[in-house]
Amino acid sequence: MTFRIAVRALTRRSRDAEILAAPTTLHPSAARLHGSLQVRHVDAGSCNGCELELTSCFSPVYDVERFGARLVASPRHADAIIVSGPVTHNLHEPLRKTYDAMGEPRLVISLGDCAHDCGEFRGAYGVAGSVDDVLAVDAHVPGCPPHPTDIVRVLRSFTGQ
Amino acid sequence: MTRLLALTVVAGLAAIAWGALSSRARVPLSALALVVSSAGAATLAVRVLATGTNFAWSQTNVLPLGGLDVRLTPLGALFVLVSAVVAIASSVYWTGYARHAMAGRSASASFALFTLSLLVVPMAGNVTTFLFAWELMALSSLILVAHDHARRPESISAARWYAVMTQGGAGAITLALVGLAAHAHSTRFSAIATASTHLSGAVASTFFLFALAGFASKAGVVPLHVWLPKAHAEAPGPVSALMSGAMVNLGVYGIILVGRTLLPQGPQWWWLVVSLLGGTTAAVGALYAATSRDLKRLLAYSTSDNMGLVLLALGASGLSLSTQHPRVASLALATAMVLLVNHSLFKSTLFLGAGAVHAATGSRNMDELGGLSRLMPLTSVTFLVGALAVSAIPPLNGFTGEWLLFQSLLHSLASHDVASVVAGTLAVAAMALTGGLTIIAFVKAFGITFLGRGRTERALGAHEATFSMRVAQGALALACVATGVVPYLLVGVVARGLAGVASPSISGWATLRLSSLSGALTPLFLSGALLGALALVAGWRTLVQRRHGFANVATLEAWGSGRHHQSPQMQYTATSYGEPILRVFDDVLRPDRDLDVSHVVESRYYLERIRYRASNEDVIERFLYRPALALLRAWARRVRVLANGSVHRYLAYGLAALVVILVILK
Amino acid sequence: MKSTLLWSGIASLAQLIWLVLAGPLALGLMRKVRSVIEGRDGARVTQPLRDLRKLAARQRTRPTDATWIFSAAPLVLVASALVLGALSPLASLHVLMSSRVDVVAVLFVLLLGSVALLLSALDTGTAFAGMGSSRAAMVGAMTEPALLVAILAMSLGAGTSNLARLVDAGVATSTLAGPARILALVSFFIAVLAETGRLPVDNPATHLELTMIHEAMILEYAGPDLALITWGESMRLVLLVGLFSNLALPWGIATSVGALSLGVGLLALTLKVAVVAIGVSLFEVTTAKLRLFRVPELLAGAFLLGVLSVISAVALR
Repeated sequence: MTFRIAVRALTRRSRDAEILAAPTTLHPSAARLHGSLQVRHVDAGSCNGCELELTSCFSPVYDVERFGARLVASPRHADAIIVSGPVTHNLHEPLRKTYDAMGEPRLVISLGDCAHDCGEFRGAYGVAGSVDDVLAVDAHVPGCPPHPTDIVRVLRSFTGQ
Repeated sequence: MTRLLALTVVAGLAAIAWGALSSRARVPLSALALVVSSAGAATLAVRVLATGTNFAWSQTNVLPLGGLDVRLTPLGALFVLVSAVVAIASSVYWTGYARHAMAGRSASASFALFTLSLLVVPMAGNVTTFLFAWELMALSSLILVAHDHARRPESISAARWYAVMTQGGAGAITLALVGLAAHAHSTRFSAIATASTHLSGAVASTFFLFALAGFASKAGVVPLHVWLPKAHAEAPGPVSALMSGAMVNLGVYGIILVGRTLLPQGPQWWWLVVSLLGGTTAAVGALYAATSRDLKRLLAYSTSDNMGLVLLALGASGLSLSTQHPRVASLALATAMVLLVNHSLFKSTLFLGAGAVHAATGSRNMDELGGLSRLMPLTSVTFLVGALAVSAIPPLNGFTGEWLLFQSLLHSLASHDVASVVAGTLAVAAMALTGGLTIIAFVKAFGITFLGRGRTERALGAHEATFSMRVAQGALALACVATGVVPYLLVGVVARGLAGVASPSISGWATLRLSSLSGALTPLFLSGALLGALALVAGWRTLVQRRHGFANVATLEAWGSGRHHQSPQMQYTATSYGEPILRVFDDVLRPDRDLDVSHVVESRYYLERIRYRASNEDVIERFLYRPALALLRAWARRVRVLANGSVHRYLAYGLAALVVILVILK
Repeated sequence: MKSTLLWSGIASLAQLIWLVLAGPLALGLMRKVRSVIEGRDGARVTQPLRDLRKLAARQRTRPTDATWIFSAAPLVLVASALVLGALSPLASLHVLMSSRVDVVAVLFVLLLGSVALLLSALDTGTAFAGMGSSRAAMVGAMTEPALLVAILAMSLGAGTSNLARLVDAGVATSTLAGPARILALVSFFIAVLAETGRLPVDNPATHLELTMIHEAMILEYAGPDLALITWGESMRLVLLVGLFSNLALPWGIATSVGALSLGVGLLALTLKVAVVAIGVSLFEVTTAKLRLFRVPELLAGAFLLGVLSVISAVALR
């Protein structure tokens, strides 16, 4: 059992860093982040497509942790919140509260088209607006759903690794 | 020194008289007299400790059977000193507490009598004086437990339990001491001790067991502890401090008196019994402390727990003595005394704090409290000191005691005697288990009561204790810190107290060293290092904050996972905090739990109401006392036909009994 | 005499500096091992140091209802770990006060840090922190007996609980594999896993509040406070692992004063801690977290092993 795990560990590795798009430009706050980005994820009403892609970023295939990004459980621990989906009425206040719960300095990354312009859900009765309507967004990952490589690229533009 | 004794007694009597008779400035003046009385006793005790010679005084024509006989040995002086310190603090505290309760005549007089009798019991030099003072102590404290009976019906029940247990205990003690006195043809303790060498083993053991039962019930030893959580919880603040900080000590004093002084040649199994009782008591006390939600009940169970640890050390000492390890025996005895004095200091701090909380909020139920540290800053700090001390956290005094206990048990295990080894292993297990449970109990006691947000209006409307209450609490808390950082303050006094009983076993000012045994500890340097490190880290934190341009700490709403509304009721309560322990020790504690779920009529998917009810009554009370009492009651009902109220019939009984006696005697 | 004191001071200082760095690095190493076994590259071993550096540059926060306890707890946690780092024999037997610090003192100074954290959680006035505190208190209460009994069993052989002399006795002994010793070490190891919040007792990587024990207590901390807590916890981990490895395999520790032996001691310590840390993470990868109310059973098992060890230490004497 342990032997098999060991063999697998030695033969399989994450997708090579070169294949993933390296960040061409760094975000201005990368300098003070010193290669470490803790992210709190907020699903503001997403269809879960973005969540699947975000999860796969931390999987063995894309493994964004090697570039210094990590998901955390509390906004107090986070440098950034990553928000997916259009902001629904129900999650409008929780999103605000999450942002307010972060210490300074704080960043907002919007994930997917819905977060930018409500995408498929624009004008729906349950939608309060896009993330841009609620918070000042520092970076955006486009796509419906966004490709993991794009998410990794944006995260790397913060960690600089 | 006779003058000091006279001062103690006269001031004490004045306090009683003033409390009973005066209507103006009743509490302040009798409290003042009590402070004078206790200070006199303390000075007397310090003199005896300093010179190492006994102080004796007697007056044969006051009481029958040997009269009043005072003989203050260094060991007794140690107990007097402890009682006096707690009594001074409690009396000062009382002046402020009286605004809340305990300002009446009977309460004032009983409080003064209680205090005086606590000071006199360890001074007794003969059986008569001892029993006289002991009874006064029991009766006066009984009145105090029941004093609030008009407002709190629970206190009547508590007083009833206390009355039965304490009088039963006093009966057992009387039997043992009077029996010993009859054997020695003298009521003097010194004569009894000399005569005891001629006592047959079985008789000596019987007397010891009776005395042990009586004194153990006073010390709150399982299974005779059931009165303690009730009485200590119902008694007013300064009284519970005195009961827990001074009265239970006298139970231990009695065990040492009988087991070590009066009957010094006891067999090994006596101490095995003491050890086993100690281990059980410690474990049961700690378990119930960890699962209580009544603040004072928690403290009371913790008293049982601590007395259990004292008995563990005492038992280890007796066992080592019987296996010819006098050094370990001295160390363990000194440990027992250190544990005892520590307990008096921190537990009276805690009880005074709990009294202040009760006075400020009208509640002892921690589930109704919370957030008091902002409203009662000083009380919260002193309570924290007490809580950390009882949890044996360095550098407070409880830590020294725990360390010494570990050393005693470690060295007692070096013996090759099977009984000692078994007892030692179990003792270590009990000590280790209670250590962890005590931390839960006191993190809960402090955290749920003083931290977080107030759970009810009562908690939100609390106010800081009065000046005199704060002074008393602060002084005791300072004593906990001082004896923790410089344990010599304590160990030195204890060593002098044990001068006649055991050889010196611990030495050193800044560093505690065990004499001729391996082991050393330096709380002074340890606390210095801790403070230094603390300053270093705090400096670092301030520095980095300033360097990155943050002038202040951002005060934000507590993170509630994005919830719209977070109410104080969502916090963990004392009940929920102790719930895991209740679940882990389910088999021992047998909690009575009931979950009542009712659904709305339209659909079973929607709940209308969930009611959770949990009762965690003492398992020993439920499975030992309740059935015994039920049996007694059934039996009494059957015997009732004998007593139908007819005087003729009673006279006939008397006649019949007389005839039977005459027949037997002829 | 004076030079001995000087050298103990140097040894203490060296251990302190070593501990400050080794804590985060051990955390990084354990995460790395885990990633590799999971088939990932994982973050660099130095990543925790970067995290700390960044956290230090963030603003401190406190919840509305918190008191001074909340802001003091991280300081107490780190201070207690630093004191133990300087005073316990990790790389050298000759550290400051080595004759006056024993295992019991180490255990209770560690408890000081734990209690500070338990109280700080209750100070926040939130539901999850209280839950974490209650659970951590339960695990702690069950761990302490196991630790204490294991320590007693090991002290029995040497007749002392003084750490330096315990380790010294280990260096001198030729029988390392007595039943008492092995049982005590197993018990100690389980207790270390529980005390430092590793699997199978607690999952340090969980993001779900309801499954948390330790993490739930620190949800309110941000910036330098969080850095201190992470750092303090990692130092406690390394301390306990270091003590464990010194008790299990004492060789390499500096038994005499001097630069060479101290250097060898530090190197040996690093190696031992790295090996044990790798072992812990290998163990963690291959086990699942226990259900919360299975944990006391594990710890009760550890406690019983400790008691057995005491008995066999006495019986086989």
